[in-house]
Amino acid sequence: MLKNYLKIAWKVLLRRKFFTFISLFGISFTLMVLMVATSLMDHTFGPQMPERETDELLFVSMMREEHSEGYSSSGPASYYFLDRNVRTLQTPEQVSINSMFFQVNSYINNRKLALDIKYTDREFWDILDFEFLEGGAFGQQEVAGASRVAIINETTRNKYFGEGKAVGKTIEVDQVKYKVVGVVKDVPVLRLYSYADVWVPITLKSQDFNKPGYRGLYFATIKAQNPADIPNIKAEYAAMLHEIERQHPVKGTKLSSFPDTTLEGFARTLLGGGKKSGMGFLYVILAGLAFLFMLLPTINLVSINISRIMERSSEIGLRKAFGATSSNIIGQFIVENIFLTLLGGILGFALSAAVLKLINDSGVIVYANLGLNLRVFAWGLLLSLIFGLISGVYPAYRMSRLKAVEALKGGSK
Amino acid sequence: MITLKNIEKVYQTKTIETVALHNVNLHIPKGEFVSVMGPSGCGKSTLLNIMGLLDEPTNGIVEIDGLPISRYKDKELAHIRNQKLGFVFQSYHLINDLSVLDNVELPLLYRTGVSAAETRRLALTALEKVGLSARTKHYPTQLSGGQRQRVAIARALIGQPEIILADEPTGNLDSVMGEEIMNILLNLNRHDGTSIVMVTHDENMAMKTERLIRFFDGQQVSDAKTSAYDYQKV
Repeated sequence: MLKNYLKIAWKVLLRRKFFTFISLFGISFTLMVLMVATSLMDHTFGPQMPERETDELLFVSMMREEHSEGYSSSGPASYYFLDRNVRTLQTPEQVSINSMFFQVNSYINNRKLALDIKYTDREFWDILDFEFLEGGAFGQQEVAGASRVAIINETTRNKYFGEGKAVGKTIEVDQVKYKVVGVVKDVPVLRLYSYADVWVPITLKSQDFNKPGYRGLYFATIKAQNPADIPNIKAEYAAMLHEIERQHPVKGTKLSSFPDTTLEGFARTLLGGGKKSGMGFLYVILAGLAFLFMLLPTINLVSINISRIMERSSEIGLRKAFGATSSNIIGQFIVENIFLTLLGGILGFALSAAVLKLINDSGVIVYANLGLNLRVFAWGLLLSLIFGLISGVYPAYRMSRLKAVEALKGGSK
Repeated sequence: MITLKNIEKVYQTKTIETVALHNVNLHIPKGEFVSVMGPSGCGKSTLLNIMGLLDEPTNGIVEIDGLPISRYKDKELAHIRNQKLGFVFQSYHLINDLSVLDNVELPLLYRTGVSAAETRRLALTALEKVGLSARTKHYPTQLSGGQRQRVAIARALIGQPEIILADEPTGNLDSVMGEEIMNILLNLNRHDGTSIVMVTHDENMAMKTERLIRFFDGQQVSDAKTSAYDYQKV
């Protein structure tokens, strides 16, 4: 039966070339936009190099201090706070403290090269899964001794040293010379907590270490032993913060800081308030946007489908006359529609691949390496199926309700 | 086989009420070839649609094999149509996007327990019966009217129905082709024992059948055995 349905579906597509083009264009364009969006989401929040184990990673990126007098300040936390209170947490497997990235300049043959530098400890390299092209990470000894060593990314190596090896050579950044000990693959700028062009030991910023206060220029990257430990880490963090608040010399000062996943961090910055991460709200907004975006082409496809199916009312009448039930008819048109949307899906994939390549090549997102991986593919496939079902069910249901005799006459109902 | 008791069919619009059938009582026994005649609009096709469970009567009872089917649901009606009934239409109603073979196989798609190989075998046998074995891969648009109607007959008989309902099967054909189709139907009736109810405008065709029922203004006006019906002639 399926073979028969597919044969018919294929013939109908070939027969009505204009309708087919409009339908396929609508489906593939919608899917393309959704897949590019999914790819961007995946690229920013999904498990990607170097943050591969996203379900075991938390990031502390913000500290908000509200004073009883009514003013407040927020931004990254201080090294002082993170070192004394976060590094000492019991539940995490490992904690790293690392700086934000700062824009600095380097010069090659009198040509300025703008670079982003990040200061990290040794744990940063243990927790995150960078892909080393040359050399390796700096060790505990180099961090402890504030050695002028650097890990650079591939693009910086190519720009600074050409295509050859860089390990062992010296790079001058912001008028400081560093010995290159490792070269890693580029990390996209959207990975805010890991991204940089040059990574150097955090001890080179030791002037920040003893600055008291809660606000500063540092992040903490926390690794849990397993995903199940995440809530325990959050609970311990909250208790620690509560205790600090309680002991604060200025009564009434409120501190807000959370160890979040990258997505939670994004949601909290954008939509959160108080202790709420805003994740639920973010999901509602994303689902709403996806729904609205799919709604128009779906309605369009429904109306195209209705007229396309109406033309085939005599076929429906005939099938009913020879024993097709209403559910058989619904099944047939849903199969046909899913076939059409899957075709649109394939086209959508090709379009998405082209657009993603365009984004990657354009440099709009620094070091973007957007691609259609298995996860994005699965999402695309799921979206195609949902699209096919939604736009096929109503016309199929309408047609299945036609009485055989009316359908044979041409579907006057 | 099929019994109609006090069948009424009224088409109602906002302003007009049209009586298509009035107080029709009929019994079609197994193996009979019945023709139905009457002027256009007298209710012949409506009668056939009701017999074929494609349409519902406004009043009255339709019985198939002694069972009243008035309260049957869509699924049960579909099952009866698939198992017991076969249809031949004046305008063939073939699916142009499917090959001759695929068209003939259609009724068996809705029958459970028939394998694809068996379906193919039965379709080829049915096409052989109507003399179209050489056209299996053709598409309906590549065939003449007579050939199309033969495909439609093969499709009607593939499921070995107990009764074939034919609505002016020769209406669109010239006399030679009409004759061919009529002979196929007579053969089916006499050799396979299939009951046939045929609506026709053609007196000559009707006289070849066993029984002729005449309709006028939605009412049955005569019902008699035909004198010309002769088994030996076929």
